[in-house]
Amino acid sequence: MDKKMTPLSKLFLLVIFFILYAPIFFLVIFSFNSGETMYDFKGFSLEWYRELFQDTRLLIIVLNTVVVALLSALISTIIGVLGALAIHQAKKRQTKNTLLSLNNILIVSPDVIIGASFLILFTMAGIKLGFYSVLLSHIAFSIPIVVLMVLPKLMEMSPTLIDAARDLGASRWNVLTKVIIPFIIPGIFAGFFMALTYSFDDFAVTFFVTGNGFSTLSVEIYSLARRGISLNINALSALLFLFTMLLVVIYYFITQRNKVNGMGVRKH
Amino acid sequence: MWIQMENKLTKNLYLFPYLLWIALFVIAPILLVLYYSFFDIEGNLSLINYQKFFTPVYLKMTFSSFWYAFLITAISLLIAYPTAYLLTKTKHKQLWLLLIIVPSWINLLLKAYAFIGIFGTYGAANSFLNLMGIGSQQILFTDFSFIFVSVYIFIPFMILPIFNSLNELNPTLLDAANDLGASKWTTFRRVIFPLTIDGVKSGCQVVFIPALSLFMLTRLIAGNRVITLGTSIEQHFLVTQDWGMGSTIAVFLIIIMVVIMVVTNTRKRGV
Repeated sequence: MDKKMTPLSKLFLLVIFFILYAPIFFLVIFSFNSGETMYDFKGFSLEWYRELFQDTRLLIIVLNTVVVALLSALISTIIGVLGALAIHQAKKRQTKNTLLSLNNILIVSPDVIIGASFLILFTMAGIKLGFYSVLLSHIAFSIPIVVLMVLPKLMEMSPTLIDAARDLGASRWNVLTKVIIPFIIPGIFAGFFMALTYSFDDFAVTFFVTGNGFSTLSVEIYSLARRGISLNINALSALLFLFTMLLVVIYYFITQRNKVNGMGVRKH
Repeated sequence: MWIQMENKLTKNLYLFPYLLWIALFVIAPILLVLYYSFFDIEGNLSLINYQKFFTPVYLKMTFSSFWYAFLITAISLLIAYPTAYLLTKTKHKQLWLLLIIVPSWINLLLKAYAFIGIFGTYGAANSFLNLMGIGSQQILFTDFSFIFVSVYIFIPFMILPIFNSLNELNPTLLDAANDLGASKWTTFRRVIFPLTIDGVKSGCQVVFIPALSLFMLTRLIAGNRVITLGTSIEQHFLVTQDWGMGSTIAVFLIIIMVVIMVVTNTRKRGV
């Protein structure tokens, strides 16, 4: 820390950091409790982790979550890149602004509204609630963030690059695959990554459209937590904490290496 | 002529998936919510939901939801501003900022769950109170726990935009104010705060709207004591199955959201 800071300022920052991290470490520490409560640490044990890995129902839910996240990130990245191209190539300024505003609606909308309106949509369209409704919702709310990650890269690209390729006889397809995509690939990766974390993290939207038979990890944590304390959840959260740290490191490298202007902070 | 048209069609074929997404998942859902708000629970076309919304029960709920969101936003701002300010003074400030942001990546439900343990009857908070000689209190399922946990969760979202705008502040302006004899407080009030108002506005925007709508926090931390607009929507859609009333509240939440976006509109959008 800087020398200019008074001890009081340092103390203030220390307290803030303590409050931010204490609950997280509290959870992780009690995952090693051999007792059954979150207030009385009886002794060290890996019992809860063992139980976690023997819970086949939970493992299936984890698998569901991963499949939904990977598929939705992949599909939303493809559609999002096409969307960014569409916005970038719109000639009229007004068209561009309208498309951008429509794009951002799902980013600023509260999750309850997205969830409730998608529930109405799927019910009216006759789509059964379950895997497909969850997958479609995750694709839908991830597309705008991919667009926002890819668009700045497209703006950066000099139009003369495309003119040069066209002059040298490249077809439209060649321009896209040999010139544009290689240039915007860091943005595409960042978009895919953000879509992945959005999907992993989402609770509210999924909760509305999941129906009875299908569950993701967030929904499962919610229903467990509503029943009260169970150190299973602590063990699960310790593992998820490690996983999150891994994501943060990956994110850090993506933004450092490619200088994409990400948002850094997660949506709620 | 025909060939030209076909050419244009294939040229713009790539637009199709994105435009379809806009039509199906952006425009259609909003229209459907609006449409459903005009149906009562039996499925008859009526304005009963809007009438109900203007009865004391719902107006009181809307008002208290606003009040909670206001408190949460105000407390977050009071804590976040000095934190952001002090962070800009540290060496390796980007690293410290990253450490502030990391908790925001952790699943919100797990953070809420941690507080169920901490604020519980025998939890860490109560052991601390006992140690201080105050004795155990009911902390979980109170207004206090709801506001505390909400502020805890939203703080990083408030710090980030304020940090960014403080970071862009030209330090020579502060020297100038100092040279011209401004006190520290005057410098803050007349120079620093006005120049970072955009960061404050986008911080308030990203805290206030979720504070109105995050239903899982009220369910887990506040029991059924606190009912926000979000909780009420969830209740109507998933518990009482009165989609019409739920949609009506959603319509009002959308209107409130648009108003807040207009009021806190900044030149640069802080996505």
